[in-house]
Amino acid sequence: MDAAAVPVGEVRARGLSPLWACAAAAFLALALVVGILAGPIDLGLGRMLASAGARAHLPGVSSPLSPTEEAILWEIRVPRVVLAALVGGMLALAGATYQGVFRNPLADPYLLGVAAGAGLGATIAIAYLPAGLRGHRVLPAAAFAGGIVAVLLTYAVGRSARRERDAATLVLAGVTVAAFFTALQTFVQQQNADTLQQVYSWILGNIPSSGWSDVLLVLPYVVLATAVILALRRTVDVLNLGDDEARSLGVHVGGVRLALVVAATLGTAAVVAVSGLIGFVGIIVPHAIRLLAGTGYRALLPLSALAGAAFLVLADVIARTALAPAEIPLGVVTAFFGAPFFALVLRTMRTGGP
Amino acid sequence: MSAALELDGVSVVLGGRTVVDGVVAAVARGEWLALIGPNGAGKTTLLRAIAGLVPYRGSIMLEGRPAAELGRTERSRLLAVVPQEPSTPSWMTVAEYVLLGRTPHLGPLGKEGARDREAAARALARLDLLGLRERRLGTLSGGEKQRAVVARALAQEARIVLLDEPTASLDIGHQQQALDLLDTLRAESGLTLVAAMHDLTLAAQYADRMLLLDRGRVAADGPPPAVLTERALARHYGAAIDVVPVDGRIAVVPRRERGRTGAGPVGPDPGRADA
Repeated sequence: MDAAAVPVGEVRARGLSPLWACAAAAFLALALVVGILAGPIDLGLGRMLASAGARAHLPGVSSPLSPTEEAILWEIRVPRVVLAALVGGMLALAGATYQGVFRNPLADPYLLGVAAGAGLGATIAIAYLPAGLRGHRVLPAAAFAGGIVAVLLTYAVGRSARRERDAATLVLAGVTVAAFFTALQTFVQQQNADTLQQVYSWILGNIPSSGWSDVLLVLPYVVLATAVILALRRTVDVLNLGDDEARSLGVHVGGVRLALVVAATLGTAAVVAVSGLIGFVGIIVPHAIRLLAGTGYRALLPLSALAGAAFLVLADVIARTALAPAEIPLGVVTAFFGAPFFALVLRTMRTGGP
Repeated sequence: MSAALELDGVSVVLGGRTVVDGVVAAVARGEWLALIGPNGAGKTTLLRAIAGLVPYRGSIMLEGRPAAELGRTERSRLLAVVPQEPSTPSWMTVAEYVLLGRTPHLGPLGKEGARDREAAARALARLDLLGLRERRLGTLSGGEKQRAVVARALAQEARIVLLDEPTASLDIGHQQQALDLLDTLRAESGLTLVAAMHDLTLAAQYADRMLLLDRGRVAADGPPPAVLTERALARHYGAAIDVVPVDGRIAVVPRRERGRTGAGPVGPDPGRADA
């Protein structure tokens, strides 16, 4: 059959469809607006826009906000919302990446021990460092270091397996290392019962209102991880054929998998370091996208990042407003509102993605 | 004209056991070589060595170039593999799956261009899958799935195609269709086919040449009538078999022998694992 008779234009992979891309971007934009509007002091959308215009040096626009309101808006709310978006987007993207790389729908960003390692690092910092040093510079550093050490250990254990150096071995090594680090963490915590409350609230996760410093701390990792993962997103589809078939299609399976895992892990460790262990986002957001959009990884990965960002911004709004002035732990909110939503999606959808 | 594929003293050791032992063979361009032999003879392992999926000793030349010196993408542009049990993710559409065959032809950003879509469209058309292109793999029948796998190999535009039991999961009608199709593709596109095959009667009808492996070694190499002798089958398969000519073809007909238990007189060790 000759090629001219073939509808070449119709032979294509379902990439990122404009419809879904716009829907996800609109969801995120809406979430960001809600996130910035919500708070104990009503600043008003129009006045905030005017303030933004003044900051952008639009001619003839001056900020109607008082200096205090300016500070609330630009030093507390906006950075907190941006941080929530970065954390949520990174966790969902990392989760989807792990699910693709390990061909395991139950994989989440904490699969290789990041969470257990970060938990140990944070617990040690809270328990043993003098209160003055515990400020928010040292705690994230300790959590980040703990997370990275745990994943390196996972990798070393996985590599030491004499047989079957495949993805499943690495997952098993992750389970082993996570169990070990969790045991250490629990031990340290029990030995220092006075820190229980603080450790516990870190483990349940929250987005700190710490201005732009935390945003700047995680931004490089999130940008780098996202760039690497999105550049390799078609290859994740190829990896789903299994190692041998991917190899026979010319893919350097080991190298690509390592790059993806390193990117997802670095990004996860960075966001966990500032936000604690927020569960649920990394596993449920990609699955909701699968069920709704039902496409391959090349669309799933960017959509997960956008939807994860929007989801966590909204979850954070609930966390800080529902029982204001008290804050509900973010991990509680993500599961409490995410689980029924996902159950609903599961009930109504029949077709599935990867 | 150099051969499409030349093997010289190819050996593979897996877990301390020599699974493929000093195989010497050459496959001409456009030839169909059937790899036959009992379970565990090393057919799959030999195919995996040619595909570069297991380490081997000896030399393998693809289209006159040493395989060991080829880069990953270069090798996959020369050689496509149809595995015995291909992974067909149920969520993937037929078009997406076939487009994955273009992987070795894509640039570093992995963007599929018009040329890639044309190649995939041609492959889909050749396998009569255009109408199914938006269907998910999970909704296809066994025969349709098998055609999708072959279409992916075709979209890869490799000159040599390795097939491991390409018809193992098909009924006899679909087996014939699949083999006829492969034969047509070979004639039209000048493909070189190396296929591990279990069904000797079918293999004899389609292959130009047969390579009989036993315990990793070449036991016989030649046109089907020369390889498929009652003696060779008894010796290497431990099978009691009549080789019957039917209208110029050969049929391999098992013969039940009363009182016979297990392997034949000089049959291979039945406890050996399948390699």
